[in-house]
Amino acid sequence: MKKKQKIMLIRILAAAVLLIAWNVIPLTGLLRLLCFAAVYLIIGYDILYKAGRGILRGKVFDENFLMAVATLGAFALAIYEKSGDYNEAIAVMLFYQIGELFQSLAVQKSRKNITELMDLRPDYANVESDGTLIRMDPEEIEVGTEIVVQPGEKIPIDGIVTEGTSALNTSALTGESMPRQIAPGMEAVSGCINMTGLLKIRTTKPFEESAVSKILELVQDSGSRKSQSERFISRFAKVYTPVVCIAALALAVLPPVIRLLGGMGPEWSVWIYRALTFLVISCPCALVISIPLSFFAGIGGAGREGILVKGSNYLEQLAKLKTVVFDKTGTLTKGVFEVSNIHHSTIPDEQLIEYAALAECASSHPVGLSLLRAYGKEPDRNRVTDIREISGKGILANVDGKEIAAGNGKLMDELGIEWKDCHSTGTIIHLAIDGDYAGHIVVSDMEKPDSAQAVRELKELGIRKTVMLTGDVGKVAEKVAEDLSIDEVYSGLLPADKVEKVEELLGNGTLAFVGDGINDAPVLMRSDIGIAMGAMGSDAAIEAADVVLMDDSPMKLVKAVKISRKCIRIVYQNIIFALVIKFLCLLFGAFGVANMWYAIFADVGVMVLAVLNAIRALKVHAL
Amino acid sequence: MKQKYNIEVDCANCANLMEEAAGKVKGVKEVSVNFMALRMTVEFEEGYDPAAVMKEVRKACRKAEPDCDIEL
Repeated sequence: MKKKQKIMLIRILAAAVLLIAWNVIPLTGLLRLLCFAAVYLIIGYDILYKAGRGILRGKVFDENFLMAVATLGAFALAIYEKSGDYNEAIAVMLFYQIGELFQSLAVQKSRKNITELMDLRPDYANVESDGTLIRMDPEEIEVGTEIVVQPGEKIPIDGIVTEGTSALNTSALTGESMPRQIAPGMEAVSGCINMTGLLKIRTTKPFEESAVSKILELVQDSGSRKSQSERFISRFAKVYTPVVCIAALALAVLPPVIRLLGGMGPEWSVWIYRALTFLVISCPCALVISIPLSFFAGIGGAGREGILVKGSNYLEQLAKLKTVVFDKTGTLTKGVFEVSNIHHSTIPDEQLIEYAALAECASSHPVGLSLLRAYGKEPDRNRVTDIREISGKGILANVDGKEIAAGNGKLMDELGIEWKDCHSTGTIIHLAIDGDYAGHIVVSDMEKPDSAQAVRELKELGIRKTVMLTGDVGKVAEKVAEDLSIDEVYSGLLPADKVEKVEELLGNGTLAFVGDGINDAPVLMRSDIGIAMGAMGSDAAIEAADVVLMDDSPMKLVKAVKISRKCIRIVYQNIIFALVIKFLCLLFGAFGVANMWYAIFADVGVMVLAVLNAIRALKVHAL
Repeated sequence: MKQKYNIEVDCANCANLMEEAAGKVKGVKEVSVNFMALRMTVEFEEGYDPAAVMKEVRKACRKAEPDCDIEL
């Protein structure tokens, strides 16, 4: 608790104790008034002070002024009526202060909660100097410095591993609990925790531009882009208070005047009392606080799951999502070629792969790399001689004294070897050994294992249309779309065509474009919500997108939609709940059903419940 | 040009008042107050000195909501 809050707590306790005491001890007359007035000052002096200051500055409609008028009015009425019941004025002030204290504690708590969830900021970076490690401020580390990250420490700055292998815990960034293996030459992303081995990393970026700083910046800034609900509430608050005040004034004056004209007793004190009750309910703060708090909690909860939302407006739009446009490569598919099939082989499959891999051992082509990956071992280059690459067709090489030909149909034709066509989609590598056809290997970009599930679940969530855009050829694209049951597919597109397609699709409800952040910045910007996927460490994507999914799984999109829906539901619950209760209180107050006690209970109670409800938006893990 | 400032304010409505007041200051193109993160993001008009503008912004905010502060 901060000092300010502690003082307030003491004041509240003191006032409560004294209030009870004065009610037990029989006090009368002036002494009674003075004793109660003292308690009133203890609990309300700052409100009175601020109200006075407000009047001097010509600001009449702030909540301090309203509370001061309501409570002083109640006091005055009690004196005028000689009832000696000063409890009401003090209780109203007391509950108001309790409410304020609770609100400030709740806000502080959730602020802390969220910063802890996003506890990414590394405090230091180790630099080796004369054989000892020195802890340095990460901000002072220059690009190209070699830093040492010990097991259990956070990687402070982005860089390339130069020495050591280890497993990284990326959960703070991605929400993913599977550790990620890392070895020399690989990129180390800041914010990950080094789990097993000592790593030496050559930094490639200054601290401020490292992933962790960017992400922290983004999360802290997220609330600055306001949602429609927030705008609605702040507009509402601006109108609400003056309207209630005018209504209060009318309530105090009109009925007695009408009664007088009608020849009845004016009952001034009754109507003034009812008007004062109005003022108690006129503070909009309860209403105003719960909305940004809900969004803040929702964005915080999403961040913990590896979903970065850049503003509450995007969270709001995500909840209304109607069309999802996917990029294919790297988004629905892995974006990496893999051996998917081997057909018509005359020798064991492993051997076929081995020959192909050895023939391709010097290749840097993605297809060649996929064969080497499928082989799984370091190729023994001594077994391979006389590699000849035939551009656009394939490779000829001598492996273990055998003449290997690996390439497409054209290569086989050129060598006069009869080959078998393949019905699978993908890139086909035909293999011939010493002039005899030995079968073919199908290499294709694999769909991600959870893409189909993600598309299905999006449908279940009420997404009307799923579209896939790709630069790939029609046959491959259609196969993927069919496998994943995507509604529409457009293939053979250049990046500029993608923008055009998205523009055509805009205007039928909220549209999100999901891409891997590479080459699709213009489309990300053009769509209602740009979602970049697997963006761990990719600045361009973090910059261009509105929502960043930190890992590669398309299921994260489903989760993002669910989180946004929960958050929006809470926001609407709070708006409606608070408005209905306030309105009922005003109504009951006007007819004299609710007295000031009810009013303050309702006011503070609604706020407490709304705040507690708002904090629920943080709990999204199980969605 | 865009700049971010840490702010000190107690209630959400007060933050809204600050935003409104700051938006009316000359030289401020756009301003957004984030109550939860206690941050104010100000975009300045071309040709204005941010430091001078922010002094005015603080003055305007204090007038609208006496219990607030902007770290300059």
